[in-house]
Amino acid sequence: MDNWAFGITMTVVGVGGTFLTLWILSLVMSLLKKAFPLSDEESKAK
Amino acid sequence: MLESVLGGLSGLGSGAAQLFSLQGLPNLVMLAIAAALLYLGVRKQVEPLLLVPIGFGCLLVNVPLGDLMEAGGLLRILYDMGIANELFPLLIFIGIGAMIDFGVLLENPKILLFGAAGQIGIFLTLLLALALGFTQLEAVSIAIIGAMDGPTAIYVTSQFAPHLLGPVSVAAYSYMALVPIIQPPIMRALTTQKERVVRMGTLKKSVSPTTRLLFPIVVTLVTGLIAPKGLPLMGTIMLGNFMRECGVVARLTKASENEIANVVTLFLGLAIGGTMEGKAFLTPQTLLIFGLGFIAICLDTAAGVLFGKLVCWASGGKVNPLVGAAGISAYPMAARVVQAQGQRYDKRNYLLMHAAGANTGGQIGSVMAAAVMLSVLTGMGLI
Repeated sequence: MDNWAFGITMTVVGVGGTFLTLWILSLVMSLLKKAFPLSDEESKAK
Repeated sequence: MLESVLGGLSGLGSGAAQLFSLQGLPNLVMLAIAAALLYLGVRKQVEPLLLVPIGFGCLLVNVPLGDLMEAGGLLRILYDMGIANELFPLLIFIGIGAMIDFGVLLENPKILLFGAAGQIGIFLTLLLALALGFTQLEAVSIAIIGAMDGPTAIYVTSQFAPHLLGPVSVAAYSYMALVPIIQPPIMRALTTQKERVVRMGTLKKSVSPTTRLLFPIVVTLVTGLIAPKGLPLMGTIMLGNFMRECGVVARLTKASENEIANVVTLFLGLAIGGTMEGKAFLTPQTLLIFGLGFIAICLDTAAGVLFGKLVCWASGGKVNPLVGAAGISAYPMAARVVQAQGQRYDKRNYLLMHAAGANTGGQIGSVMAAAVMLSVLTGMGLI
């Protein structure tokens, strides 16, 4: 593979892959928060 | 007898004789560079935990005939023990995971996307490195300086371009320390007065201990399944964080963030210094690597701030674009820079918690960017 094809592929897949993965992670984190909300006792303890 | 005494005596000054010959000139220059690194570390407090051992390792390897980097030499043993097999950066990651509180990120998960925007400079620098004639794997190793994450840079470079380990590591750690100087002019140039004074309010504490405990496990599984080649990096950070959050292995957590991290940092620094032998280090490539590293960090910052402007516009002006500059991995320096810049234009603007969220996102983002790169390289059949 020539350098430009390599560079463009890495840039497109790299930036896209990083954004996609972190977006999925942010969704999973939001789901975790909803599935395990802070209880009243824990809230008071904080 | 006299002949043997004279022969023995001639061995005593052989190091000096070689150093002050034409052949020893590169070593002499590197001794000056070692002195500069030690000066920066000791007097200017620029990343002293790394620059002091790196500077001293550089000094040791450039004393002629010491053979510390030859087979059986101290620096070679350290190098083979933990850099050639990528063990040291991973051990440091356990300590980093144990030190980082991802709570602020969990309060506002969407801010994690700033951590992705802050990595764009890596990929743009990759294109520049290729244009300058570096090989594909060298370009990947140089671009990773833009991750602003020393252990990640060392991990990737030691695999793909071990001959560039010295300049890449020194550039990564030096520029990390220069974040408070490099970032502010770019942040000011890309934002308007109106954008800089946007207030983001306070974050309410809404994350349960269960969520905090499950977070490292979920991140490990999700990122590991998407980009398996990055699992050693993300897995070790999350191991450290899991130990911190579970609260039942306080001794291990403490050891990871103190004793283990300290010992490994010393060994890592010395071994990196050992790669800075004059003839190998003093090349035009080294200057190019330092230049490209600087560009990578500028591009990361610019991309983060521009992404912040986009989010500011999309949210109807509820997000301060300066926070985007914290989407890099230099933790917690980048968050502090955002706070300082925000308060420069509005003394009562408190951006620190939001910036800390973006900054921890940058920590995950930088590792993820490296993981994606490794997995793409595997997919292309290049590694």
